[in-house]
Amino acid sequence: MSTVQAGRNADEKRPLYFDYQATTPCDPRVLEVMIPWFTEKFGNPHSRNHTYGWEAEDAVETAREQVAAIIGADAKEIVFTSGATESNNLAIKGVARFNKDRKDHIITVNTEHKCVLDTCRHLEQEGFKVTYLPVQANGLIDLKQLEAAITDRTSIVSVMAANNEIGVIQPVAEIGAICRAKGVYFHTDCAQAVGKMALDVNAMNIDLMSISGHKIYGPKGIGALYVRRRPRVRLEASIHGGGQERGMRSGTLPTPLVVGIGEACRIAKAEMDDESARLIKLRDKMWTGLQKKLPEVYLNGDLEHRLPGNLNVSFAFVEGEGLMMGVKDIAVSSGSACTSASLEPSYVLRALGVDAEMAHTSLRLGLGRFTTEADVDFAVDHIADAVTRLRELSPLWEMHQEGIDIKSIQWAEH
Amino acid sequence: MAYSEKLLDHYDNPRNVGSFGKEEDGVGTGLVGAPACGDVMKLQIKVSPEGIIEDAKFKTFGCGSAIASSSLVTEWVKGKTLDEAATIKNTAIAQELALPPVKIHCSILAEDAVKAAIADYRSKSNGLHKKAAE
Repeated sequence: MSTVQAGRNADEKRPLYFDYQATTPCDPRVLEVMIPWFTEKFGNPHSRNHTYGWEAEDAVETAREQVAAIIGADAKEIVFTSGATESNNLAIKGVARFNKDRKDHIITVNTEHKCVLDTCRHLEQEGFKVTYLPVQANGLIDLKQLEAAITDRTSIVSVMAANNEIGVIQPVAEIGAICRAKGVYFHTDCAQAVGKMALDVNAMNIDLMSISGHKIYGPKGIGALYVRRRPRVRLEASIHGGGQERGMRSGTLPTPLVVGIGEACRIAKAEMDDESARLIKLRDKMWTGLQKKLPEVYLNGDLEHRLPGNLNVSFAFVEGEGLMMGVKDIAVSSGSACTSASLEPSYVLRALGVDAEMAHTSLRLGLGRFTTEADVDFAVDHIADAVTRLRELSPLWEMHQEGIDIKSIQWAEH
Repeated sequence: MAYSEKLLDHYDNPRNVGSFGKEEDGVGTGLVGAPACGDVMKLQIKVSPEGIIEDAKFKTFGCGSAIASSSLVTEWVKGKTLDEAATIKNTAIAQELALPPVKIHCSILAEDAVKAAIADYRSKSNGLHKKAAE
């Protein structure tokens, strides 16, 4: 099977995929190694009495080594979970609850993924105190603010490596150094970062790290949590049962999915340098192309400290959801959360200080392993055409052309 | 979310896009919504001396449902008297375009835009009548 086929359009009418931060197609090379573990090699990896169990266990342990290798960890420090959401829940709740007698304070950032923020909200209801650090206009936290927020009651700091909406990369090594010096655990949600940037749990002083399978061309339904052994991080399990995964996460491991995430990590590690360079070239071509064709476009989040495959762009005077409807031939996601019942624009963009009106005009453009230069050229033209057409329809664009400052108008907010 | 064919048609081929000069005789302008909320509609009507809406134009910043709702009402108001146009209800717009529940606010905004344009026209023409009477 050729890898070129993955992520391509079996049906020509399907839009080109530009939403790689939402999910990625399973790489055919990954699927291929998974398949035998569904059928002939179906053993329970925890069965100790026969060859079915032994071969499954060997496969799981190989995968554990592959996952550990991509982040510079030891295989014994990898706990398999159902995905990054579970990993984030287990890390934050697990550490907070285990240490609750001595420490009841958690620090995170207000641009974290919902599953981190919602976990922290839940812990607040249990009596924990949470500090939500703000970010600067470029999306990065201020290390001095982090340092100042840590108290002797703080058990864990949770800061994502790379943001899912705007792709900005936090100063992970610096955060790790601060946490280590202050004696608090450092958890980082690396769902978007693994395989896209160099990560080393020892060099970066990371104590816990969440990993997702389906963001790195592996299968959905599998993830991992790195839990440091030296010095040992102890946490309270959420799922109880047969004591698998060193008691931290009971339940029979899904061997095919575990094999899949392992192979996905192996491929990502082997290809990361070349692939990052390729994607940065494509990403920059896309951003330059959009700026050439359209005035009044703005990049959200830092360009330098950013995932190779992410752009988040505000197309001023054109509403994001209306724009998504206009770019039918590509699959993208709106930076604004307007597709839900809420009229609120993206909380991530708002946290950067992006005006509500600008936050409403943003698109997230995600590039990945199967994006070609021709795809990028097509998308740039397609987006530029739609934006131009919708600006002709936009009363705000008309006002802008007439030199009227939109902020000077008394709007009736509804 | 699957949109109705009528909605998609209005989005792809919006009717009566454009602007009249705000100070032109017989023109009423309604500007409703707010950029921060993700919807702004500008709807203009051109009213004949006999009080009939002869023409209408719109520009909308918003989602596909907002664009389609405003496009649709520009068609509906044409040929109506001001009083008739003022009776256009958001429920009729929502029904015609089969708007999903989360998009009902778009039809409300379109109704408001028509009412605002009528009110603007009336306040301007009252001013003119006063001037004439002086």
